[in-house]
Amino acid sequence: MPTKPAGTLYRGKTGMWSWVLHRITGVAIFFFLLVHTLDTALVRMSPKDYDLVIATYKGAIIGFAELGLVAAILFHALNGIRVILIDFWSKGAKYQRVMFWVVIALALILFAGFAPRHIANVIHDIELGY
Amino acid sequence: MVVIETPRSPRSRKSAKFERYGWLYMRFSGVALLVLIFGHLIINLVMNGGITQISFAFVAGKWADPFWKIWDGLMLWLALIHGTNGMRTIVNDYSERPMIRKTLNVALWVVCAALIILGTLVVTTFDPCVDSSVSHTLSVCK
Ligand code: HEM
Ligand code: HEM
Repeated sequence: MPTKPAGTLYRGKTGMWSWVLHRITGVAIFFFLLVHTLDTALVRMSPKDYDLVIATYKGAIIGFAELGLVAAILFHALNGIRVILIDFWSKGAKYQRVMFWVVIALALILFAGFAPRHIANVIHDIELGY
Repeated sequence: MVVIETPRSPRSRKSAKFERYGWLYMRFSGVALLVLIFGHLIINLVMNGGITQISFAFVAGKWADPFWKIWDGLMLWLALIHGTNGMRTIVNDYSERPMIRKTLNVALWVVCAALIILGTLVVTTFDPCVDSSVSHTLSVCK
């Protein structure tokens, strides 16, 4: 009788969860980029309206959402490199689980460096009366 | 129920080739996007007050330098095609009816093309002097 599978690349355990997360973050970034291309287009039409829209990016609500965006980018980008290594590096598949935890650790470290700075910036701007 | 295509009816040679290029494109564009987007976020969201510095004047300052125009243009094209092709994979995974799949995929590429055209026009025709109430303070507009 074969024992319970330890989890393959895409099914079960880390292989599957990293894939689910990669998919969800990819979709989220895609929809952000649709909106972001439109808001940036305002810069060509009306400086005043551009500044008005960008002011909302500095507020508490979207300022907070930006933390989520950065977390999504960090995971998707670093895990994307992991996927590429699995495909192209001869030892990639063997180390895929180790690499998953390296991705999580790196993403957390970078996020910990970013989040306090960003929160301080947003709070500072709110105090200035935006 | 999710139906998996039967292996006995493989894709046509043409569509297999397209899938292979798509697969390669996701990997090469991914590496480039890592550099482009991390650079974009470090400059626009981390350094010098991060989000608080962003304004029309900030963009005008950056786009006075062709380096950042090319950077943003590359990021626009690579990210939109990468994201749209990724969305196509997801649509193909979940949509069961061929009509719905076709419609969603066509919609995805239409939106992708429209935004690439819009974004490219924005970055290539950008004019810091569009608004006279701002431009009289800028030396380049005199
Ligand atoms: C920051 C650098 C990025 C890297 C290194 C990266 C890497 C990758 C890789 C390697 C794949 C293929 C995964 C596979 O075949 O299993 C992928 C899929 C995907 N990417 Fe990215 N990507 C990046 C940025 C982006 C951006 C900016 C978007 C959105 C505009 C995006 C949206 C997607 C989507 C929707 C998928 C499909 C996910 C799936 O099939 O489950 N990615 N990414
Ligand atoms: C909250 C985070 C972000 C902020 C504050 C931000 C801000 C900006 C600003 C001010 C510009 C104008 C040009 C410039 O400064 O280079 C811009 C353009 C652009 N950004 Fe972002 N950005 C953010 C996140 C992103 C992400 C995650 C992506 C990629 C998925 C992205 C892709 C782009 C592209 C492609 C352009 C050029 C658009 C065009 O040519 O019309 N940005 N961004």
